[in-house]
Amino acid sequence: MQLIVNGQTHAVDAPADMPLLWVLRDIIGLTGTKFGCGKALCGACTVHLEGEAIRSCITPASAVAGKRITTIEGLTAAGDHPVQRAWTELDVVQCGYCQSGQIMSAAALLQRTPRPSDADIDNAMSGNVCRCGTYQRIRAAIHRAADLAEVKS
Amino acid sequence: MNARLDIPLDPGRRRFLRGSAAGSAGLIIAFSVPLAGRRALAAAVPDAALPPPNAFLHIAPDDRVTVVLAHSEMGQGIWTSLPMLLAEELECDWSQVRAEHAPAAPVYASPMFHIQMTGGSTTTMSEFDRYREVGALARTQLVAAAARRFGVAPAACRVERGVVIAGEQRARFGELAAAAAQLPLPTTAVALKPRRDWTLIGKPTPRLDTPAKITGRAAFGLDARPAGVRVALVARAPVFGAKLRHFDDGAARKLPGVDAVVAVPSGVAVIGAHFWAAKTGRDALKLDWDLGPGAHFDSAAELAQYRTLARTPGSPAATRGEAVRALVAAKSPIAAEYSVPYLAHATMEPLNCTVELGADHCRVTTGTQFQTVDQASAARILGFKPEQVEIVTAFLGGGFGRRANPASDFVSEAVQVAKAARAAGHTAPVKVVWTREDDMHGGWYRPQFVHRMRAALGSDGLPTAFADCIVGQSIMAGTPFGAGMIKNGIDPVSVEGVVGSPYLEATPAYAVELHSPTAPVPVLWWRSVGNTHTAFAMESFIDELAHAARRDPLEYRRTLLGKAGAKRHLAVLERAADLFGWTKPLPAGHARGLAVHASFGSYVAQVAEVSLVDGKPRVHRVACAVDCGIAVNPETIRAQMEGAIAFGLTAALYGAITLKDGRVQQDNFDTYPPLRMDAMPKIEVAIIDSGEKPGGIGEPGTPPIAPAVANALFALTGQRLRDLPFRLA
Repeated sequence: MQLIVNGQTHAVDAPADMPLLWVLRDIIGLTGTKFGCGKALCGACTVHLEGEAIRSCITPASAVAGKRITTIEGLTAAGDHPVQRAWTELDVVQCGYCQSGQIMSAAALLQRTPRPSDADIDNAMSGNVCRCGTYQRIRAAIHRAADLAEVKS
Repeated sequence: MNARLDIPLDPGRRRFLRGSAAGSAGLIIAFSVPLAGRRALAAAVPDAALPPPNAFLHIAPDDRVTVVLAHSEMGQGIWTSLPMLLAEELECDWSQVRAEHAPAAPVYASPMFHIQMTGGSTTTMSEFDRYREVGALARTQLVAAAARRFGVAPAACRVERGVVIAGEQRARFGELAAAAAQLPLPTTAVALKPRRDWTLIGKPTPRLDTPAKITGRAAFGLDARPAGVRVALVARAPVFGAKLRHFDDGAARKLPGVDAVVAVPSGVAVIGAHFWAAKTGRDALKLDWDLGPGAHFDSAAELAQYRTLARTPGSPAATRGEAVRALVAAKSPIAAEYSVPYLAHATMEPLNCTVELGADHCRVTTGTQFQTVDQASAARILGFKPEQVEIVTAFLGGGFGRRANPASDFVSEAVQVAKAARAAGHTAPVKVVWTREDDMHGGWYRPQFVHRMRAALGSDGLPTAFADCIVGQSIMAGTPFGAGMIKNGIDPVSVEGVVGSPYLEATPAYAVELHSPTAPVPVLWWRSVGNTHTAFAMESFIDELAHAARRDPLEYRRTLLGKAGAKRHLAVLERAADLFGWTKPLPAGHARGLAVHASFGSYVAQVAEVSLVDGKPRVHRVACAVDCGIAVNPETIRAQMEGAIAFGLTAALYGAITLKDGRVQQDNFDTYPPLRMDAMPKIEVAIIDSGEKPGGIGEPGTPPIAPAVANALFALTGQRLRDLPFRLA
């Protein structure tokens, strides 16, 4: 199958039911997308499919062949997406393991809703678990990223 | 794990400053020895010799300063705070500072525990002197090298952001490092800066690991991909203690991508080209287990047994006066029983370990809190010497104690898999990956505990006698610390937080007793260890006593803590109450509760505001005050309080591992729910600068939240929630 990841096309030989997560990590070698639960319960594996956040751990790679997939590595070249800048400003990360997924979910939220309310953030982000408990900073950083994105545009 | 806070730092630690310990001065500040060389050097330094700066610091010609961390970064922020300590004295340019994990070697042993490990919230307190001393020693050598180059006395030089200056002459650290490495060590102790001169310590400092962690570049254990790596999943016993009778791997071996199936002591490993192949292969195994006696284990039955045991005399852990007699004689003693269940750590990154095994060398890449133990375990399995086992510590996707395993469970197993695979002719590196379900079923839980507390109150409402009978498995038994810590049958971490409580100090007679039954369920330290249950029981019970005495919970604690002379407890309590606005009215249907607890050398008070939403507890806001002594990085301290509260709330609101017929009944985040964004309270943190020596910060924020919320729910509903997780009637 052909997978288009971060603008690059990869010819991948993988079982049809193999989740996108493991194709990304174990075959293509993009390890920024994380494994947390394997059942779409934690959001660590969040990537964008045509700009929408999806859980790659339950998405068969064959189902997204030919579609545009973006991982944390492809979000920006320089790590300066408004979400990433806000994450830096507010010192969000702790262990960092969930943060690829958090950032991808937040970036998709802001794409859809440039000025999210706290309720919007609850809705969009409650599928992303952080065992370090960085939620308060994530919430603040999403609001901050909305400001940064506005200045930019 | 618990830090024995009274352990003096090794006095020998200072010897290196006199330059007498090494005798090989040329190596001591070899600032630009490449990594492999430094690993060899570090391995060669015997345990007693203390820190050769070269093991901790590398200054490159381009001025980049790399600080080598003897401890593991698992979110708690030492990737930034240890370099801050070193750089405070080195006076380098902070923007040039990087960090990396140390290899496993004796020189990196914790000054407190004498093995290389991260736990007990001890990193800052144990390294506060060592990392500053290394920085000071290196600065002294760099200045000496500059003074030679300039033709002036060292005293004529000053250092500014990584540049040594004397008059018009300037030289960068990067230019001086090689020459500095050739100089003899100072023969007298290097003075450390007085506190008033600190410019980094105490300054909120952004994390150094952020750039890697927001771009997906940070390498966690699970991200290890040595050339040709294969992935293994292990089919493990469904019941603790079960033995494999027989297995049929015929179907598994036929699957595409499956390379090999090997038996290991913990079960059967399926090795494949990638996770999916290994998982599909494992699913196809047919396994026949002799379940053994563990199949009869039932955690609810165990809890009932614990409640019975709590009514029988245990081993005395702390006694003053005739508490038990006073309680029997008391007219209306107050009694309450508290319980907490088993808990899994459930780190975001499931357990994993990658092994590259050669004929006489083994490289283990994993996120671990326990390098020395893991290295020794791997060496024992392989018949190697420890130095033949290289431990590469990756970033830890959470630790919370789970990655400090006295049996090295996840490392030993991966080494066994690599060993068995090699014996079968498969020499490729192998990465053992645990699924979330494997991780949750894998044991090493926070043990189930019961406290039966009793008190008699005097006419002033204050306790005259107090007793607590504590029941639960010992965590320290069987660990490297057990022999030194368990005295007269008392594991101190089973009782920490009750024993040593200022409330006991304020009570004329008390008796704390302990039962330490054994069970087939392996148990382990879990963020704040014994304090996870002792603080819940103690702070809930004090609240019950305040209520019985018809006193305000804040004022009641204030009286007791004042009586005990517990100034630091009092200070955080007052600060948290002020921050919250203890006496201000709350919205209708909301209530407040508080708790204060000291652990790991730090003092934390929390006030929680709760309501019921759809009949379920909802925590809206938490005001937290912390005194951890010298606050090295205040931003980290705030973050650790926020995170510790979320971690404790998860346990208070949802957390329970239960076993029926020996089988763990929770599988994943659906049946073992974590706190999520929509349930996160607003948290405010105040840091009290007591100026005392540094205490811990990773764990002390967790213990107070469960009792603060329980006490708030009592104020709201009149129901005492004495069992975790909370279940309202």
